[in-house]
Amino acid sequence: MRIIRMTAAALALGAGPALAAQDTITLGMQLEPPNLDPTGGAAAAIDEVTYANIFEGLTRFAADGAIIPGLARSWDISEDGLTYTFHLAPGVTFHDGTAMDAGDVKFSLDRARAEDSTNAQKALFAGIADVAVIDPLTVRITLSAPDGGFAFKMAWGDAVIVAPESAETNAAAPVGTGPFKLARWVQGDRIELERHPDYWGAAPALSKATFRFISDPNAAFAAMMAGDVDAFPVFPAPETLEQFKADPRFTVIVGSTEGETVLAMNNKQKPLDDVRVRAAVAHAINRQDIIDGAMFGYGTPIGTHFAPHNPDYIDLTGISAYDPEKSKALLKAAGVSDLTLRMALPPPTYARRGGEIIAAQLREIGITTEITNMEWAQWLEQAFRGKDFDLTIVSHTEPMDIGIYARPDYYFQYDDLGFQALLALLDNTSAPEARSGLLKAAQGKIAMDYVNGYLFQLAKTGVANAKIKGLWENAPTQANDLTGVTWEE
Amino acid sequence: MLRFAATRLVSLGLSLIAASLVIFAVIEVVPGDPAAFMLGLNAEPEAVAALRDELGLNGSRAARYLSWVGGMVTGDFGQSYTYRVPVSQLVLQRLWVSLPLALYALGLSTLIAFPIGLIAASRRGRPADYGIMAATQLGVAVPNFWFAMLLVLVFAVNLRWFSAGGFPGWEAGAFAALKALTLPAVSLALPQASILARVMRSALIETLGQDYIRTARAKGLSRRQAITRHALRNALIPVLTIIGLQFSFLLAGAIIIENVFFLPGLGRLIFQGITQRDLVVVESVVMLLVFAVILVTFLVDLAYAAADPRLRHRR
Amino acid sequence: MRWPVQLIIGAILSGLFVLAAAASFLWVPHEVSTLSIADRLKPPSARYLLGTDHFGRDILSMLMVGARTSIAVALVAVGIGVAAGVPLGLAAAARRGSLLDEIIMRGNDLIFAFPSLVIAILITAVFGPSALNAILAIGIFNIPVFARVTRGGALSIWTLDYILAARVAGKNALRISAEHILPNILNLLIVQGTIQFSLGILAEAGLSYVGLGAQPPTPSWGRMLADAQTMIYTAPRLAILPGLAIVGMVLGLNLMGDGLRDALDPRLRRARE
Repeated sequence: MRIIRMTAAALALGAGPALAAQDTITLGMQLEPPNLDPTGGAAAAIDEVTYANIFEGLTRFAADGAIIPGLARSWDISEDGLTYTFHLAPGVTFHDGTAMDAGDVKFSLDRARAEDSTNAQKALFAGIADVAVIDPLTVRITLSAPDGGFAFKMAWGDAVIVAPESAETNAAAPVGTGPFKLARWVQGDRIELERHPDYWGAAPALSKATFRFISDPNAAFAAMMAGDVDAFPVFPAPETLEQFKADPRFTVIVGSTEGETVLAMNNKQKPLDDVRVRAAVAHAINRQDIIDGAMFGYGTPIGTHFAPHNPDYIDLTGISAYDPEKSKALLKAAGVSDLTLRMALPPPTYARRGGEIIAAQLREIGITTEITNMEWAQWLEQAFRGKDFDLTIVSHTEPMDIGIYARPDYYFQYDDLGFQALLALLDNTSAPEARSGLLKAAQGKIAMDYVNGYLFQLAKTGVANAKIKGLWENAPTQANDLTGVTWEE
Repeated sequence: MLRFAATRLVSLGLSLIAASLVIFAVIEVVPGDPAAFMLGLNAEPEAVAALRDELGLNGSRAARYLSWVGGMVTGDFGQSYTYRVPVSQLVLQRLWVSLPLALYALGLSTLIAFPIGLIAASRRGRPADYGIMAATQLGVAVPNFWFAMLLVLVFAVNLRWFSAGGFPGWEAGAFAALKALTLPAVSLALPQASILARVMRSALIETLGQDYIRTARAKGLSRRQAITRHALRNALIPVLTIIGLQFSFLLAGAIIIENVFFLPGLGRLIFQGITQRDLVVVESVVMLLVFAVILVTFLVDLAYAAADPRLRHRR
Repeated sequence: MRWPVQLIIGAILSGLFVLAAAASFLWVPHEVSTLSIADRLKPPSARYLLGTDHFGRDILSMLMVGARTSIAVALVAVGIGVAAGVPLGLAAAARRGSLLDEIIMRGNDLIFAFPSLVIAILITAVFGPSALNAILAIGIFNIPVFARVTRGGALSIWTLDYILAARVAGKNALRISAEHILPNILNLLIVQGTIQFSLGILAEAGLSYVGLGAQPPTPSWGRMLADAQTMIYTAPRLAILPGLAIVGMVLGLNLMGDGLRDALDPRLRRARE
């Protein structure tokens, strides 16, 4: 009898509200951020930890990619489109207790656009002519030219607001305005965040969040299976997702990213400077084999450098359809035989596996490929900056980045006056229909010029404990926004 | 003895200088600019240049070598490019994982190797000996990372007795920390134990063949008594030498195992340092490890010389 | 002379892999350079005896060609060790106690003092990962091993009477080393060579496992293991078969080494009662 009563008591206790909700979470990430200052580094991992959690900007991305208010509760745009007036939220404090006001906004933006700035996305601030403090809660930004996308630019992680007192030390000891603050960083292992009690907005449901860094896909799988991590928002081993889907303990979150994965070709390197040779390479690629073989089916084929979930996207995969016979004819017409191309592959799975598959596909049309696997640092120096490569595979994860094709010194070195004129026109156009038409024309132009081999849009494949709700499905920007994450009872 | 120690000390110093030159030279030619790596794909050239200045990458080679060595001597290992914290702090943090792991693995391997080496030697030529010898042959042949994979599959994923990796930190309690180090230590210990057991067996057998043991046996001691009373002590010297060697191997050589179990140890610090082009970390940690090995060798030499005066004049 | 059992077992075991590697030059069940994505992760069948990997390549063929890579890397690395280490060891022994001896032995200690895997990683970081650099990285660490073994063996022979006779007869150190010392330490070198060969196979597997060995599409056992890791739960044979191949090859070589030692080393043979 006593035993029964005790069990009943225990049951009642277990169902009680006090013990109900778990309020800590452990997230797995493949790469560790080198530092925690989003204004001083480009590593995606910095934003994946800090964005919306530690640091906030004037505006921010919502989970669906929309631009919503951040520290600025609203903003007005002048008639001529040159002046943006941001109205800041009152009562915002930094983690060190100091107040956030218009002075901090001016400091942050001026610092980012300064001559000696180490901001990795300086271009975001290039259009700013002046930042003026009107009163503690109002900032007026004057642009040198109208820019319909300015609110979008201010939502980037590189544009977050920092305080003058802590700006220099944010790398190791970040001080932001977000709902979480840094509790501990064990370099090489994990970062722990804890709830900031004086947060100005709605308090998050989680009291503590831990990011653990597990670079090895196998270890990531094992850690998920063993319950060492609760969620792995960007899971590095797509081949194991079936396993997770079959297991009721987990949910698999498949969404889209801004990552156009391309087989980049060095447009200035002989014989790739000949459009027929590039077309031959493009027609030799069987996209579905790459998506199946490298990503185990996750990914959407693309025929140009544009995200399929964008309303202005047009499906141009037909232009570079898989047709090895055509490739052989094109090579013959170009007078190229016994071609050997060097392929530089950075570390991600899509590149390493995709590269092996493409090498085999190119062999079918008589092109030999020499693969060199590289670390990011080496890839950046040799392929990206040194332009010493023939082929490489990269996923371009910045949103709306078709503009890179207008930069003749960008690593694939596509130098076309027509395209550059098109983009210049786009920059000066604000009417939505006209913009849409120009964007479509731009997509067509680079597809017809076979600048790169357009492979697929990278999918965001995440795995999480089935009881976790509120993780981002898509990745409009690299972030793990924890403000809306809860545990289901 | 003093002269012997002095010459050894001079050669120790020369070795360290040579090692530091080799390490610095290798690091200098590693391709990949740390500043460009940190700022990423779309970084502006001016931003990269500004960061290079900040990291002190623009000085002359000789000046940088001297400031590095000078810093090391005074205990200042520089600042990590990536983490922007002192290298000594990173090393200390990692040592708290690597040192216990190495000791744990070494302890396990010794615990396994001693008894089975002893059994094999005392049952020489009998089935037990053959069985043990066959098992240790297998142990030596198994790549430790493959063994680690199998351990994870069985004990972490299927049985869920251990977690698949990671390290909770010592503040989570000694039990939790040791538990996290158990699978890694076992996978490191298996080949080491196999080697050690074989050395133990052959050292024992060799001593057993010597005259004084024959005399002892002739006096009526059993084989087992001869081993425990006389041979064991003498066989210990080669065994201890191997243990010493294994320790320094384990300290740095656990890189692959640390990766399989994502342990934040010294080996992985070097590996990460190389991929992230955090070259200050790489050169300082490698130098530190080399220093440790050279120092251990020096101390062993001294100990031998103290124990056996003949060694001082031989060579 | 009776051949030790281990020598026979070891020779058969490692011979099997050498044979498979050699055969792969002439014939493999399926070409490893062609991928057939549609056939990926197929279980063993009559068509694919050991099944296929994530690219639809035949595992058996991959293992055969992979054996080629492992053996080539380990063998050349031993070659480097012998070519540089043996002359150094002979020179050190011939000029025992001299400055030359001191420099060579301290140099040896210096190489030994470097954590080998770390240096291998550094070398590949500098020159890029490739089979050639894996050979270099493993080969460098073979040099002091052979130098030490050679010196040790040579020293004991220098003290023998007939060497003294040769010296009295006016032969110089170089000739004595070549004519009398080297032939007499050949046994030692063969045994050490076998051991280093097996260590080389393990080292190559480790290096290509972390992505620093032979580059794709060249198959190698270590990279097969790395590729198979995440599939160990869905297709365990992918991770188990290459591991077994490594174990088999290394075990065979180690048994051979032990057997050779017993067969060739007269001192030990006597000790065997």
